[in-house]
Amino acid sequence: MDAELVLDGNALAGVFSELFLQELTVAQGTCGACGLTGPLAETRVYAYAPGAVVRCPGCGDVLLTIVKEEGRYWLGFDRLRCLEIRGDAR
Amino acid sequence: MARAAVRGRLTWQLTEVVESIEETPRVKSLVLRAPEWSGHRAGQHVDIRLTAEDGYQVQRSYSIASAPEEQSLVLTVERLDDGEVSPYLVDELRPGDQLELRGPIGGYFAWDTSAGGPLLLVGGGSGIVPLMSILRHRVAAGNNADVRLLASWRTAGDIIYGAELERLGRLDGVEIIHTLTRDAPAGWTGRRGRIDEAMLGDVGWAAKAAPLSFVCGPTGLVEAVATGLVALGHAPERIRTERFGPTGG
Repeated sequence: MDAELVLDGNALAGVFSELFLQELTVAQGTCGACGLTGPLAETRVYAYAPGAVVRCPGCGDVLLTIVKEEGRYWLGFDRLRCLEIRGDAR
Repeated sequence: MARAAVRGRLTWQLTEVVESIEETPRVKSLVLRAPEWSGHRAGQHVDIRLTAEDGYQVQRSYSIASAPEEQSLVLTVERLDDGEVSPYLVDELRPGDQLELRGPIGGYFAWDTSAGGPLLLVGGGSGIVPLMSILRHRVAAGNNADVRLLASWRTAGDIIYGAELERLGRLDGVEIIHTLTRDAPAGWTGRRGRIDEAMLGDVGWAAKAAPLSFVCGPTGLVEAVATGLVALGHAPERIRTERFGPTGG
């Protein structure tokens, strides 16, 4: 894929805010494939599909998929093994 | 002390365009009156939603350019010729028009004075917008963090906020460096060429100063800068990045 078409996890902040009270882009996610841990904001996001495909910046495996249609959301948890969320994250 | 951190859900709100300022032929700053605005952190963005008469909706994210201290909310938008939203915002929107948005959004690419400095702000094209909010906040808050802003443009005619940056660059602790990747006018005293490790080594902070770096622009620039900073010994967790692509249209 053209590198210029890749966004990052900052682009997920809006859709996350529709679902969660804490600011999830600063949550630390751990990739179940390579073990890399980092903020979701630093993930690679491919937003051209019907939803967003969120990939690990370390190994490229799919961490998470998000599809939204007509008020419904589908969250697919692929390699996202753990998410550490701070209760006061905003 | 701090009130409960739980926030309300973001809701769409109507704002009114007070002024549309031409920064370059392709870029405008929209000054908005936003009565329901709850304030923001420097570096955050908003989502804008346009609704056609038949109900079709399209939504895009735009960075906030204004400092939290400013009375009006200011967005700076670059027109992408094949975009669905930016041509309307840049070419059609007039003072008095209404604009629907929600925000502020994003907690990662944001700077508070409590995070301190020194700061390295690196932007490519309209990637400078959230960095401008950070710089304006640093100045408006009377904060003394040392700041270096390195901005990459194609040509001198693409520079946005040029006059303001020149003025801010004369303040104590603020340095502004422009680099042009294509044509430079006669007498150009800034940098030439794309930002690379060598340029970052020249104009950035030494790794031992442990600056906090914010990098925003097209993916290629962000990757080059982040990689260059790490190669120069900067800690990856002190480097915050935000990429934008054609979906910004």
